[in-house]
Amino acid sequence: MMAVKMALRSIGANKMRAALTMLGIIIGVMALVVLVSLVDSATSSITSEVSSLGSSLLTVRVSDDKGIPVKLQDLENWVDTEPSIAAMAPYATSTATGKFGTESADFNVYGVTQDEYKIQSMQLIMGRFIAASDVKNSNRVCVIPEGTAEDLIGYKDCLGKEISLNGIKYTVVGVLEDEEESLATILSGGMKTAYIPYTSLMRLSTDNGSTISTFYIGAAEGYTLDQAEEVMKNLLLERFNEDDDAFSISSQNMIEEAMGRISNFLNILLGGIAAISLIVGGIGIMNIMLVTVTERTREIGIRKAIGASRRTILVQFLIEAVVLCMLGCALGIFVSWGILQIISAITVSASISFRLNGRVVVLSVLFCFLIGVIFGLYPANKAAKMKPIDALHYGG
Amino acid sequence: MIELRDVSKIYQIGDERVHALDHANLHVYPKEFVSIIGPSGSGKSTLMNIIGCLDVADGGQYLLDGMPIEAYSENELANVRNRKIGFVFQSFNLIAKLSAEENVELPLIYQGVKRAERQQRVHEALERVGLSKRAKHLPTELSGGQQQRVAVARALVTKPSLILADEPTGNLDSKTSREIMQMFQELHEQGNTIVLITHDNDIARQAKRIVHILDGRLTEVSL
Repeated sequence: MMAVKMALRSIGANKMRAALTMLGIIIGVMALVVLVSLVDSATSSITSEVSSLGSSLLTVRVSDDKGIPVKLQDLENWVDTEPSIAAMAPYATSTATGKFGTESADFNVYGVTQDEYKIQSMQLIMGRFIAASDVKNSNRVCVIPEGTAEDLIGYKDCLGKEISLNGIKYTVVGVLEDEEESLATILSGGMKTAYIPYTSLMRLSTDNGSTISTFYIGAAEGYTLDQAEEVMKNLLLERFNEDDDAFSISSQNMIEEAMGRISNFLNILLGGIAAISLIVGGIGIMNIMLVTVTERTREIGIRKAIGASRRTILVQFLIEAVVLCMLGCALGIFVSWGILQIISAITVSASISFRLNGRVVVLSVLFCFLIGVIFGLYPANKAAKMKPIDALHYGG
Repeated sequence: MIELRDVSKIYQIGDERVHALDHANLHVYPKEFVSIIGPSGSGKSTLMNIIGCLDVADGGQYLLDGMPIEAYSENELANVRNRKIGFVFQSFNLIAKLSAEENVELPLIYQGVKRAERQQRVHEALERVGLSKRAKHLPTELSGGQQQRVAVARALVTKPSLILADEPTGNLDSKTSREIMQMFQELHEQGNTIVLITHDNDIARQAKRIVHILDGRLTEVSL
């Protein structure tokens, strides 16, 4: 503690020089912390966008049904027999022209089962979702988001109204909360959305037969998506004669994993560049410590004369270098925090919040410490090796 | 206490070998006050460096408190300087950044003395040289005489076997010189062993015993 106090004092005795020396470390730490935090924040907000599309969801595609196509009944059987699979929803979509009175709009019509509601985390505002009986009886009912209701019908409270899709009338039984400005709505390009029973969709459009080629499954509570995937895979392998080319199972997790890999790569790249600037800063520290050692030759001589050992002197100068580095590091982190606050304030509309990444802060503290030790060692050793008589008579 | 037996120190300056010390013999007994006098270039500084364990002799034997010094490593020498020798230099050699009391405290820190005991001993030492009121001052805020008193306090605080003073009055005016010499007299009367190195006859004469050094050879002047 005493040594740290002394180090602070001798740094304080030459504030301007210390500040300039630390600048290298400050800039290095700033580069490291700000860049990595930016990449991390951006990645995590994109990842959460992706996962809002439904992260607890597996997409199963059957490309070769080998004459035994998957039917709606099969999905229901699987859900009943496999405890790890919570819900299954066939995926079928079609486009249609929707009309209400004189208003008309283009629609993406999704054919769903009662399970869709569970799998895609949808929020009902009023009414109910498509029920099992609707699917069974191919009822002409639909569920629409509130935005669609307001645009087409004119008001939200539209339960019981009938809208026509490609000329067939469907009764609105439920209104959903609008999704946030998410990737999904951007991708849908302004098309309106309607959910109708899967079986009804098959009658509405010609390209959706009773064969299900794509469906979603969700994992039951207490089971992971990986476990559900494993079970599904075995079921399908059995069904399709152990031919794993006949189908594919993909998850949103894969997109997240890909994002993770990209961000890791960026972090390593940017972190590496920042680390180089930190090393340059370390060389600055070494340079100034060498000057300091020469300037304080006499002090070293006095200390040695009154009994300081080599080790004492070495530790003294080493601590000074490390303290210098750590001060620079602390300032750098503080400035980084400020910069991230400013960037967050500027980009507030982009709904990405840039925050200090804890891991990179810890990393930069450790790295600075290491740089202080490595680049402080040579000057400190030079000081420690001085002979007391030479040092004492230096400069008078 | 101090025993030099045929101690030699040779410097190589260019092609020439200079005998800074040429088979010097000296015996200093406990509680003695000895001054070593000689003109500049006589080997005074070399003698002081060897007695003070700042340097090691090339030949001969040096016993300090009965222990031969030449066998010691650098760290052991540092330890000997720390515990057995108190230095008082011509140019005071205080550390400018540290206050009077911190300068005095430094050798105790190197000894690993506990904080409470350090403060106690620093206070006593500063009291002894009459500077307890100036404990918090930096060396630059003190007069030459006061700085030298701080240096004496720093030498005293470890209770060394030997106080080694190298021209302690060289940078002081005659009035302050007298005060400092008075202090050395008192320290001697209290039982400290003092070796004083000077070129000034008046100063040297205040010691109980004078040793003359010329061209690296020592001669007793009086006993």
